[in-house]
Amino acid sequence: MNVLSDQAAVRSAAVTDPTSPWRRFLSPDNRFLPPLLITCILLVGQVTFGMLESWSRTFLAIAVSIALELLLGRWMTGKWPHLASAYISGISIGILVRSPFFWPYALCAALSIMSKYVLRWRGAHLWNPSNFGVSVMFFLYPAAAASLSIQWGNTLWPMAVIWCLGAVIVGRLKRFHICATYVVSFLLLSWLRSEITGKPWLASVAPLTGPMYQLFVFFMITDPKTTVSGRKGQCIVAALVAVVEMLFRLGEEVHAPYYALFLVGPAARTLDLAFTRAKIVRQESPPAVP
Amino acid sequence: MKRILLSVCFVGLLAGPALYLRHVHPGDIVSLEQQQAIDRYGLSLVESAAAAGVNFVHTKPQVDAKLSNIEAQIASMGASVSIVDFDRDGWNDFYVTNSAPGSFNHLYRNRGDGTFEDVAVALGVADLNQPGTGTCTGAVWADYDNDGYEDLLVYKWGRPELFHNDHGRGFTRVTEQAGLPAWINAGTATWFDYDHDGLVDLFIGGYWPDDVRLDNLTTTRIMPESFEYANNGGRKYVLRNLGNGKFADVTREVGITSTRWTLAVVAADFNNDGWPDLFVANDYGSSELYQNEPDGKGGRRFREVGLAAGVGRSPKSGMNASIGDVLNTGAFSIYQSNISEEGVLVQGNNLWMPAAPGELRFTNMASAMGVELGGWSFGAQFGDLNNDGFTDLYLVNGYISGNARSNYWYDFSEITGGHKSIISDAKNWPAMNGRSLAGYQRKHFWLNAGDGHFTEVAQAVGATDTYDGRAVALADFQNRGVLDVIVANQGGPLLLYRNHVNPKRDWIEFELEGSTTNRSAIGAQVRVRWNGQEQLQEVVAASGYCAENQRRLHFGLGEKASVESIVIRWPSGREQVLKSPAVNRLHHIKENP
Repeated sequence: MNVLSDQAAVRSAAVTDPTSPWRRFLSPDNRFLPPLLITCILLVGQVTFGMLESWSRTFLAIAVSIALELLLGRWMTGKWPHLASAYISGISIGILVRSPFFWPYALCAALSIMSKYVLRWRGAHLWNPSNFGVSVMFFLYPAAAASLSIQWGNTLWPMAVIWCLGAVIVGRLKRFHICATYVVSFLLLSWLRSEITGKPWLASVAPLTGPMYQLFVFFMITDPKTTVSGRKGQCIVAALVAVVEMLFRLGEEVHAPYYALFLVGPAARTLDLAFTRAKIVRQESPPAVP
Repeated sequence: MKRILLSVCFVGLLAGPALYLRHVHPGDIVSLEQQQAIDRYGLSLVESAAAAGVNFVHTKPQVDAKLSNIEAQIASMGASVSIVDFDRDGWNDFYVTNSAPGSFNHLYRNRGDGTFEDVAVALGVADLNQPGTGTCTGAVWADYDNDGYEDLLVYKWGRPELFHNDHGRGFTRVTEQAGLPAWINAGTATWFDYDHDGLVDLFIGGYWPDDVRLDNLTTTRIMPESFEYANNGGRKYVLRNLGNGKFADVTREVGITSTRWTLAVVAADFNNDGWPDLFVANDYGSSELYQNEPDGKGGRRFREVGLAAGVGRSPKSGMNASIGDVLNTGAFSIYQSNISEEGVLVQGNNLWMPAAPGELRFTNMASAMGVELGGWSFGAQFGDLNNDGFTDLYLVNGYISGNARSNYWYDFSEITGGHKSIISDAKNWPAMNGRSLAGYQRKHFWLNAGDGHFTEVAQAVGATDTYDGRAVALADFQNRGVLDVIVANQGGPLLLYRNHVNPKRDWIEFELEGSTTNRSAIGAQVRVRWNGQEQLQEVVAASGYCAENQRRLHFGLGEKASVESIVIRWPSGREQVLKSPAVNRLHHIKENP
């Protein structure tokens, strides 16, 4: 979900209007908006339902994220990095990881931030940092960490909060088509799963009605830094994530959405980078002389 | 170069901790020979139910066919055990509940020679699962009429039953005369004298709503509305003992309105003000702590302070409530069991340590002290099983042991994350089809080192069963100064672990009898001071999950112990002091009038 800060990095002149304070506030250039909004989600979730394992664990994740970002950013690039991304990574880990211990929060935060600087190709990181961190934690440390799944009271209105705040963020980046594609794909595929397994369709749909999925749908799969370019490609990737997730679910994998994005996201991003590079090379090549 | 260096660090961080944890937690735990276990840990447990003549096997409740898809989940409770010396012969007996329609509960009388005989049928407390009356879930004993004999409350998902003990020679059913509610889908109950009138009162905690009949449903919309914030469970009851054999429902008057899904309760004086408070462990939600306070009209009432006290902040799946003076500081900690399943749900159990003496504030120290992960945990009890002077912790677990090769965890996690309209309707739950859900789990027995750390030794000392444990209770069955362990398993055999303890270690036990306060002495506290240490214990009725320990209090003292004094604080507030009582014996102490 540190996606949010990455989203802020997207420059889109179309939505900016320097004369309007409101537009300036909602502009993708405002890198403080996404941290502000996700902080709102955190506060609403914690104050109403005690969503977090504890404040201290979340603070630990944030502190480790920010400290490592400062250290690695300065060391690797020679410049002080903007901290919005690291802050959001820390919050994301604080929300998504459930563990009675402290160390998984620190470790997850460290792996998330480091993955941005290590797992790169052609100048871009391939994994959504939070997705990488939590997937690794769930895979390697199942005895110590589980995912957010049953919090927020199984009621509608906390999700409405996420929808509203998520809509602001996703709307300003014109990425609703990714969310919509994924949701429609999930619904159709859950019907297919239900047909295959014989389980009630509502049971198959149930995860989509929980808060963890709202965070996943709005904030994780829409990460501009790790999604492909082009509206059509983005829709295809969103659908592919849902398909791979279905395969994981048929294998009864609890962390199916994280693992699906973990596999599909970087693969799609790699192909996208390769095609983009080839396209640029083609465009820059002089036309063949007849 | 920087990139390479960073990559090395990254790989190290990725793999290093995982390899380290695998190294320090090898997984295979070796059982020790009896003498080795005694030499190393001070005790050894030997399962000996059959040798003691106990051959009870619990049978599960029967539920409506509309719930057939998740019958194993619904019918997952009912095994309980409660210790009592019902005939006052000086030997601890015990009562176990059964749950299938027509099945009998058993009352095992201790013959005093290491064996037991079932006298439930002969004494009239066996046939309590008759169709249409509900299914037994637990029992709790106390002398409600102060005649010197412990009476029996059997709570059920159904009609609660009260039996008067006729001087140990039989029981008379007095349910109607007592004015008990006609139907409570009860998960727990306890006796306590909340108003200090010398008569024990009743708290009964509802689990399912009272209008649900699990064997004859009108709707399948009976499930919790949320996995962690459910408020659609059963109501609670505080039934005040009027002293004439009747009880009055004063629940609302005393300020308890909760409808959470209650599974355990323990009544004890947590803030040292002399009045019993209530800690209530709720499934699908936060625990509650009810502070006993004046109602301004000369009576008493309860105020829910769980949030401020810290125990009500983090909703989990509370299934146990037991107390112990963990660090010999003269204050009670509370152990609440929850669910932990590798890779799916890591709630962790709670060890609520008092933040400051006399204050109702607690901090969860389960992780720091090593008693956090216990699988799908149910009953737990504190008790000094190796007589070293520090109270240890025994925990049973395991939810549904079905097909060992397939489990229901994926489906469980899928449905429980859904909207309440989905989760609350049983027909939406995928069929279990005989699969396990947290089945075949190893039990936990944590030895208290007294320095803030517990050590897991269950396999090493002989607690090796993997049944679906529900209730566990501790009692000195052979008057040896040693706590034995008795475990009630859901759909499984009752287990009696005989405890063999290093004989060099001393102990002291107390059997209290109230005179102006309730005769069972429920609510009385005993502080034992020895060898520069002090330990506090309180006489409680219900403890753990659907369990009751022996009425007498057992203190391990370590080697070469010399008790300086004991201080008894009766519920009346009077204190009684004994100087230099003899060790290695049971003391019978009657409240000075």
